[in-house]
Amino acid sequence: MAANYDYEEAPGTYDDVNRQDLGYDPNFVPDSVKSFVVHLYRHIREKNVYEIHQMYEISFQTLSNRLFKDTPWPSVDAVAHYVDNDQVFCLLYREMWFRHLYARLSPTLKQRIDSWDNYCSLFQVVLHRVVNMQLPNQWLWDMVDEFVYQFQSFCQYRAKMKNKTEQEIALLRQFDQAWNVYGVLNYLQAFVEKSNIIQILEQEKDGGEQFTATDGYDYSGGSNVLKVLGYFSMVGLLRVHCLLGDYQTGLKCLLPIDISQQGVYTSVIGSHIATIYHYGFANLMMRRYVEAIREFNKILLYIYKIKQFHEKSPQYEQILKKNEQMYALLAICLSLCPQAKLVEETVNSQLREKYGEKMSRMQRYDDEAFAIYDELFSYACPKFITPSAPSFEEPLVNYNQDAYRLQLKLFLYEVKQQQLLSGVRTFLKVYSTISLGKLANYMEVDEPTLRSILFTYKHKTHAVDSDGKIISNADLDFYIDDDMIHVVESKPVKRYGDYFLRQIVKFEGMITDMDRIKLE
Amino acid sequence: MGRETPKQQQQISYTVEQLVAVNPYNPDILPDLENFVNEQVSSQTYSLEANLCLLRLYQFEPDRMSTQIVARILVKALMAMPAPDFSLCLFLIPERVQMEEQFKDLIILSHYLETGRFRQFWDEAAKSRHIVEAVPGFEQAIQTYAIHVLSLTYQKIPRPVLAEAINIEGLSLDKFLEHQAANSGWILEKGHGRGQLIVLPRNEFNHPELKKSAGDTVPLEHITRIFPILG
Repeated sequence: MAANYDYEEAPGTYDDVNRQDLGYDPNFVPDSVKSFVVHLYRHIREKNVYEIHQMYEISFQTLSNRLFKDTPWPSVDAVAHYVDNDQVFCLLYREMWFRHLYARLSPTLKQRIDSWDNYCSLFQVVLHRVVNMQLPNQWLWDMVDEFVYQFQSFCQYRAKMKNKTEQEIALLRQFDQAWNVYGVLNYLQAFVEKSNIIQILEQEKDGGEQFTATDGYDYSGGSNVLKVLGYFSMVGLLRVHCLLGDYQTGLKCLLPIDISQQGVYTSVIGSHIATIYHYGFANLMMRRYVEAIREFNKILLYIYKIKQFHEKSPQYEQILKKNEQMYALLAICLSLCPQAKLVEETVNSQLREKYGEKMSRMQRYDDEAFAIYDELFSYACPKFITPSAPSFEEPLVNYNQDAYRLQLKLFLYEVKQQQLLSGVRTFLKVYSTISLGKLANYMEVDEPTLRSILFTYKHKTHAVDSDGKIISNADLDFYIDDDMIHVVESKPVKRYGDYFLRQIVKFEGMITDMDRIKLE
Repeated sequence: MGRETPKQQQQISYTVEQLVAVNPYNPDILPDLENFVNEQVSSQTYSLEANLCLLRLYQFEPDRMSTQIVARILVKALMAMPAPDFSLCLFLIPERVQMEEQFKDLIILSHYLETGRFRQFWDEAAKSRHIVEAVPGFEQAIQTYAIHVLSLTYQKIPRPVLAEAINIEGLSLDKFLEHQAANSGWILEKGHGRGQLIVLPRNEFNHPELKKSAGDTVPLEHITRIFPILG
């Protein structure tokens, strides 16, 4: 599972593996672990996906909590002979081993590099060999998610050059290919291409292929691994591009997945949330506020309904964290683009509870407002990275905050440009017609300035969507005739068609239920 | 170096766009992408995707960044307004680069356009001739953007407001208006006392009654859901 994103990296020396935690013997294999790997190995060979999932999701967590609370699992060398030294199983075991390490402990530089090597080996196997396995979607998602997370973590770690020891610097110089951005992106891209997933999803639309219907699993004796990794890699690419600040390309990578429907991405809660979180964030940065609001609203409602069922799951904390972050992003979007009718009642009341006061302060556009935008953005944004290799020239500096500061600065810049819109909105709400001269007077600006403000209002409330069309997201609009402003308020549209459709389906359901009742 | 024939031009850009689609995370295509930027400038074409790809590569290898190319990308992005391309590019350019004089100037120009300050924009653009004259089509592109904003805002616009927004005056403006009246449906009226009024074409943004009521339409896919019930 992708661990806590706020993970504080503690400095460690590179050969510290055994001293990491007192009393850790990598070669000691408790019986329960022996039993675990033997059974897991057997289930994988027998393609027993349900059992694999139980062991992966539940047994692994239970053993980790009981025996490996703050030590790593036994080394792969110690368990290899229990599983016929199977290469693929060992790579999978190591992947889990490192994931556990990142979650519970602080990885050393050497461990980070070794984890990269393991991913390379594992991915090479999947990409270039015929892999006859079926793994649960949860596991395949976790692999991609963790891969991107460790990349992000490495970039953050590497960017803090100031206190690096000589050994660390030497290792960084020596293994300069580890976690390099080209490698990460190219692996994700390779999965997408080799799995042919884009064509599969296309062909699925007219029944030519079966993928979503089987949740990605292969029921004709083949393997789901490459296909599903290819699928999740699209979400992985969206994530990486967001971390780099390239929102346009990120969204483009996600395009083959239709997020207005259920799909394999919704089969795993972590994937569903990660997809929508990044999709929404990218749209926010591209000023497509309405789109972001719509998607945040949907997912927040979904989380509200289902989170009780995930209380025991290892992803629970992450779900809650992302939930809070998306409320913050929703608060930002709604402050920049008031469209209250797009938000569901439940979500709205949660939003008011968490950010009601802050939102009213944000709409005042004074210094305090900017501080709140800053605060919410900083809390909710992804952990942006600087992908380039560090400079080893003296003096060594920490530049891990650079990427974040740039995105924040540009975001606040956009907010600042919208500063005067709130004022004009207040007046437009009150008048149905008003001359430019009069309004300029009330707003205490000259007419040319007022015209600029009105142009800004029009420009900022008419976004360019992904097809290049202009979409108005203004709740309050106007037009000018010579020197008279005419205000137009958009009426909420009654969606009769939708209403009837919903009722038809509902009643049909009721009739079916009633037919089933047998009177005793 | 003469201009390539149109057929050759098409071949080169096809190849670059293919590169970006198939193999974008590859430092070897950097020179091709740089050439493609110059290509876009000279042939008045534009590809956001290719330019973002290049800016990403510059991000991965800052030593190879050419600020001249980056400046050209930004000017092209400015010309793409109202699309947010300019800020999409800025997201990928390191802060210390953005602090350089030519980039500060471009950011100011963008700021004026984003906030409808057309007079200030044209004044400032006149000072940065070296940047903007290097890219053919710049003036027309900004005028197109200005007209776009005016068309969102005005049903009838006084001549001086229009003139200031598109930076055309006097006889040139008369000619321009004639051309627009003949080809784009503009209507020239006499305003009360103060001079000309230009009636802009009707659209759903300056004529709200034209707004298509999306709420009344139901997409076919939704109806198909009830086919089993009806059938």
